[in-house]
Order: sequence, then structure tokens, then C-alpha cells
Amino acid sequence: MIELIAQNPFIASLLALVSLGVVFGALLGFAAVKFKTEGDPIADQVEALLPQTQCGQCGYPGCRPYAQAIADGDDINKCPPGGEATIAALADLLGVEAKPLDAVEESVPSVAYIREDECIGCTKCIQACPVDAILGSAKHMHTVIASECTGCDLCVEPCPVDCIEMRPIETSLQTWAWDKPKPPEDLIATDRSGASA
Amino acid sequence: MLADYSILLIGAILVNNFVLVQFLGLCPFMGVSNKLETAIGMSSATTFVLTLASICSWLTYEWLLVPLGLEYLRTITFILVIAVVVQFTEMVVRKSSPMLYKVLGVFLPLITTNCAVLGVALLNINKDHSFVESALYGFGAAAGFSMVLVLFAAMRERITAADVPQPFKGPAVGMITAGLMSLAFMGFAGLV
Repeated sequence: MIELIAQNPFIASLLALVSLGVVFGALLGFAAVKFKTEGDPIADQVEALLPQTQCGQCGYPGCRPYAQAIADGDDINKCPPGGEATIAALADLLGVEAKPLDAVEESVPSVAYIREDECIGCTKCIQACPVDAILGSAKHMHTVIASECTGCDLCVEPCPVDCIEMRPIETSLQTWAWDKPKPPEDLIATDRSGASA
Repeated sequence: MLADYSILLIGAILVNNFVLVQFLGLCPFMGVSNKLETAIGMSSATTFVLTLASICSWLTYEWLLVPLGLEYLRTITFILVIAVVVQFTEMVVRKSSPMLYKVLGVFLPLITTNCAVLGVALLNINKDHSFVESALYGFGAAAGFSMVLVLFAAMRERITAADVPQPFKGPAVGMITAGLMSLAFMGFAGLV
């Protein structure tokens, strides 16, 4: 047997490589069972960074499933309760680029509108308005000066009769404008403000 | 004896530096050198794997391939040995020391395909190193790699804050820096 192997380099090489492969395979298989670790450490680390509100705004049933999805390659910017801080922490952990929050609704420019026949004149929205865009006095109905309204919707919450709604501004010939020009690309490092961190 | 070993070490670290003189392991050198922390993690993982892999491949060569007269199979055998050693180490480290796994973990599988590892194993055979010499040569190569990688990462961190012209930003200036470092390391030629 040994003479056969020694005289046939072909059989010797075949035997050597196959036996090496078998031994190494057995070793790794044994190690996989013996040194088995529970769970995915990356998913655990991701979950530790999520805010644990279990709100489901990311589209997954809770924080744990979203953590698993991130570990499997989903985007990191789907957690509104965590906000920018969570995205930054996740980006740091996973070594990927931080992205802006993937908000569910796009903020459309809009103005507040008071349904005047429902207004009881409580003046609460007047106090709430940061830009004095609501006109009226106690026991008299109020109205919104549309050109002054910034669409911050701070007045919606205090209204006791819920007669304020946000209406999107429709683009008309009067309100249409060119898109603002994009800021020029950073040509050199000193163009960036605060780049020297 | 001791002088021989120290000469071997200095030769592997400085004179025949694996990255800058022999141009092995360039992939992690350019890829993982953006941040100093990752560079240090990569360095320690590489040091670990290189030393271990050069020992294991030497043992496999002397005890299996030479007796069977199969020296010509060394490349494929070493690839197999290195892959298994790294994989096995990763499993053990992951189970036994989560702390160490945090530092080395992500880098271990990356190193499996690092040509510096295979390069050390093959060079050990080419240079007829003994067992101790192989281990030392592997460690020296890794130490040289680590030193250069950490130095380079530190430089790149500085360069990102510097006023580099737009066309040279990022990898371009990194390549130029690496070239200048390589030129500087030519100065060690003839040291031993």
C-alpha cells in the first residue's frame, strides 16, 4: 500500500489533498458545533442603539426586527424616533455613510386655514403663532394672514374645537419660482466651513 | 544565534518590508487605512494571523508535503491551511473572548485572502527557514506591515484635513503618499 502511494505521485497527491480537506472540514465542523454562539452579534449591537420605542415607523414590527434587517443590509435611516443621533451612531458602528432621515411624509409647503364658522374666538391660536399671522380678538372669529403664515402648524394643536387645518400651497403662476441654485461643489478643503475638525 | 534572529526580524520589518518594498498586502494597506482605529485593529489581527499561519504552513510543509514528495503542491495546500486556521481562530475567539472578537472580528476573514499571508508562507519555504525562523519571519513581516499601516493611517487622517487640490483628493493623494513612503523605505536597503 505504502509502496503504491510512494511510487504513484498522482495517488499520493490526491490522497494528501483529500485527507487534508477531510481533516480540516471535520475540524471546522466540530468547531462550528463546539464554539457555537447564539444570535447575531451585529444585530444585537444595532438593537442596543435603537430607541426601543417599538413604534413600527420603520416598516418593521419592532426594533428587534429592524435591527436584524439592518444587519442584513437594510438602510439605517428609517427610525424617526431615533433621529439623526441614532443614524450617526449606526453609521459609526457599521462603517457606512450617514444618510438623512427617511421621513415618511415629505414636508409640502402649506399654510394654516381657520374654518371661520367653527371658530369660538378663544385666542389660543393667536398666542401660539410665532409670527403673528393670526388676526382676531376674544369672542370674535380669527383668521390667518396667508402671506405671513410659515406653515409651522404650531396653531393646530392648541385649538379646542379643531377648526384649524393645514392646506398645501398650490403652485400657481403667482407663486411659482425657479429652483434655487445648488451651492457650488467644494473645490478645495478651505471651501468647507468647519471642515478642520 | 540571537544575532541571526534579530537580523532576520529587522530585515523583515524594515529592509524587506512586505508592503513598501515587496508590495504584498497592498489591498488592506490602501483599504483599511482611512481611520487610525481600524488600522490598529487590522494590524493586530494581521500580526496574529501571519505568525500563526507561517507556523502552521511550515509544519504542514515539513511533516506532510516533504515526506510524500509533494513540494509542488505547497501553494494550494497553504491556501487551504491558512483559510482553515483563520476560520478556526475566528470561531474560538468569538466564543471565548467577545472583547477580543470586537477588536479583531471583522478583520479576520478579510485577512484570509491577503496575499501577504500566503507570501510569508511561501517565502519561508523558499528561504529554507527553520521552525523558529519561520515564526519569527512571520511575526517580523506582520510587525512591518502593522507599523507601515498605522503610520500611513495617521498620515491619511492628517491629509483629509489638509488643503488638497480637488483632483488629488481621497485615494489619489493616498497613492502618492504611499509611493513617497516606499521611496523612503528604499533608504533601509543594505542595512543588514
